[in-house]
Amino acid sequence: MSEIKIPQNKIDQLLDICNEHGNQPGELINILHKAQHLFGYLPQEVQRIVARQLGIPVSKVYGVVTFYSFFTMTPKGEHPISVCMGTACYVRGAEKVLDEFRRILGINVGETTPDGKYSLSSLRCVGACGLAPVVLIGEKVYGRVVPGDVEKILKELE
Amino acid sequence: MQNIVTLQIDNHTVEVEKGTTVLEAARQIGVHIPSLCYMNLKDMCITNLPASCRVCVVEVEGRRNLAPACATRCEEGMKVHTSTLRVLNARRTVLELILSDHPHDCLICPKSGNCELQNLAATLKIHEIPFAGARNVLPIETSPSIVRDMSKCIYCRRCEMMCNEVQTVGALAAVNRGFVSTISPAFHENLADSECTFCGQCVAVCPVGALTEVDHTNRLLRDLNNPKKTVIVQTAPAVRAALGEEFGMKPGTSVTGKMVAALRQLGFQKVFDTDFAADLTIMEEGSELLDRLTRYLNGDKEVRLPILTSCCPAWVNFFEHQFPDLLDVPSTARSPQQMFGSIAKTYWAEKMGIPREDLIVVSIMPCLAKKYECAREEFSTNGDPDVNYSISTRELASLIKRANIDFETLPDEEFDQPLGESTGAGVIFGASGGVMEAALRTAYELYTGKTLDKVDFEETRGLQNIKRATIDLNGTKLNIGIAHGLGNARKLLNEIREGKSEFHAIEIMACPGGCIGGGGQPLHHGNSELLKARSRALYEEDKHKPLRKSHENPDIVRLYEEFLGKPLSEKAHHLLHTHYFKK
Ligand code: SF4
Ligand code: SF4
Ligand code: SF4
Ligand code: FES
Repeated sequence: MSEIKIPQNKIDQLLDICNEHGNQPGELINILHKAQHLFGYLPQEVQRIVARQLGIPVSKVYGVVTFYSFFTMTPKGEHPISVCMGTACYVRGAEKVLDEFRRILGINVGETTPDGKYSLSSLRCVGACGLAPVVLIGEKVYGRVVPGDVEKILKELE
Repeated sequence: MQNIVTLQIDNHTVEVEKGTTVLEAARQIGVHIPSLCYMNLKDMCITNLPASCRVCVVEVEGRRNLAPACATRCEEGMKVHTSTLRVLNARRTVLELILSDHPHDCLICPKSGNCELQNLAATLKIHEIPFAGARNVLPIETSPSIVRDMSKCIYCRRCEMMCNEVQTVGALAAVNRGFVSTISPAFHENLADSECTFCGQCVAVCPVGALTEVDHTNRLLRDLNNPKKTVIVQTAPAVRAALGEEFGMKPGTSVTGKMVAALRQLGFQKVFDTDFAADLTIMEEGSELLDRLTRYLNGDKEVRLPILTSCCPAWVNFFEHQFPDLLDVPSTARSPQQMFGSIAKTYWAEKMGIPREDLIVVSIMPCLAKKYECAREEFSTNGDPDVNYSISTRELASLIKRANIDFETLPDEEFDQPLGESTGAGVIFGASGGVMEAALRTAYELYTGKTLDKVDFEETRGLQNIKRATIDLNGTKLNIGIAHGLGNARKLLNEIREGKSEFHAIEIMACPGGCIGGGGQPLHHGNSELLKARSRALYEEDKHKPLRKSHENPDIVRLYEEFLGKPLSEKAHHLLHTHYFKK
């Protein structure tokens, strides 16, 4: 079990979120959305706190978290890498780019490197189709990326 | 008669109450529409109705689509066909799809021979599976009581319903989505790290081999064949009322004598009875009740009432997890299983001159939580458990079959002495309300000094969710409550927490119906008549016992004289009581 301790002020904010929603089990999804916004992800401890507040089993909370793909239990890396898989990017080889990130970083989509530096995800169209294939790292946009660029991009980030 | 509707099912005309499902109506007239996800324990209002498997589809005239019989209500004039070619084909396809994502391990599956899916595949004569789909393969996980092999799960969600709605434990939930969805504790933890109480009710309802008990039969066979060891056995009250079912005997047949004979044939040196320890439990728990009651009546403000029974280890687990603020409310008396182990490995072993390390105490239990209870640290001395391990009623049946014993023709034999002597009070421990009734028989006489003329307390019997009664103890009104199923227990616990409880004493059993409906019993496959029959068998046995009050058990009297002193003595505290932990 991960032993990451959440700072008290964040716990208080989480409790506030639950209270704002009246600690209603019916509000679980909305609460989890806000919690994920607050923490960037939904670690076990957060799920346990929410379960206790709403008076529901933690297994139910976990069930909901794993059911919806927009919830995640992995913290984002220092450099969150997103590869666009919209139609335009896809047809112009985004998958190969993604595979190259996978290969070099040794992680899959939805995962974070053990040192916490990089995380990998795929996106639906970001609206920059002219630049396809597009990779987003943090706020920065990389256009017309080919697999051969990947190593260089990662070097730049170090 | 507007509450009655008339309909036609195949070529039968049926009259049923409005609201009855087609499936139930058909079963009433002996038309058995197959089902998988559906389960209905009517007498306890426990139903699982996700209508998700579609095995029960039937044709209803005038409707375009096939209808799931389990979720379709009977209507006036309805015409239902349960086995047209269209229905049979649809049912076959449904089953083939389920089987395409199911391991074909029947030959070596612990559930083989008792699996609803396997039976269905046989009935529908499925001999090949045209859909060669990918399988969701998951690791097999064990805990002290339960094995989870989720590759075999068919997603009927009966276990989830039991754990969440009936038991309100919530250890299991549906997680993930689509192909990789499964039923699991939070964070895919082991059940042992979750809030699971090991009541085994999920195991009792799982139609397939996804949830089964931890099997100790091979270990037992090894021990029985070890000449260095003395292996003795204790049998819980509820086992004798159900074991016969595994051999095709009529539900409700009490097989006490045959069970004793079979255990002797299996090679146990002594066949003892947990009922003896149940009588002992009454002496301790009953005395604790009277002690608290007397102190309360004398104006002691500190005393905690109501007192709660503590003989069900799943219930103990439940309050340790869910009500850590109320740990001083339950009785400190150990369960009969543990009292037996403790006395066997001290009093009896000393008497017989058997060194502790050469004595193996095995228990036969209707219960899966008892497996876990044996392993609790506080119940062992220098690493040697008081009860080495526990096997279920089902495991015992399998051992008897393996030993080629023709159970039905066995002669009746008697338990060994002295730990085999018991009263009717010990016997009824196996049914919900029985512990309280047994306690009342003794408490009444000890408190009033009078003889109890009518030993039967009818108010404590039956399958109602929560039972209440008021007993007159020489002018002192004693309010008692009885709950079975942890959801019902939770209601009474919440009242205590809020300071609103009207009771002086409460009996709680984790399993619906009490131990007769335990997680280790022959599977009821959704038939609550079985539980009623088992309970009748116990009350019948009680009625015919020469002694029916625990304090009259001569071997219990001797145990106190020779060894323990009196109830709640220091020695009794040390050997027969326990304490609880926040979880
Ligand atoms: S044993 Fe009881 S508490 Fe544990 S998962 Fe099964 S139903 Fe739930
Ligand atoms: S584990 Fe058993 S009871 Fe639970 S959903 Fe799967 S098949 Fe059904
Ligand atoms: S009610 Fe009986 S069978 Fe069920 S968990 Fe409790 S002791 Fe075991
Ligand atoms: S039994 Fe009716 S849908 Fe499963």
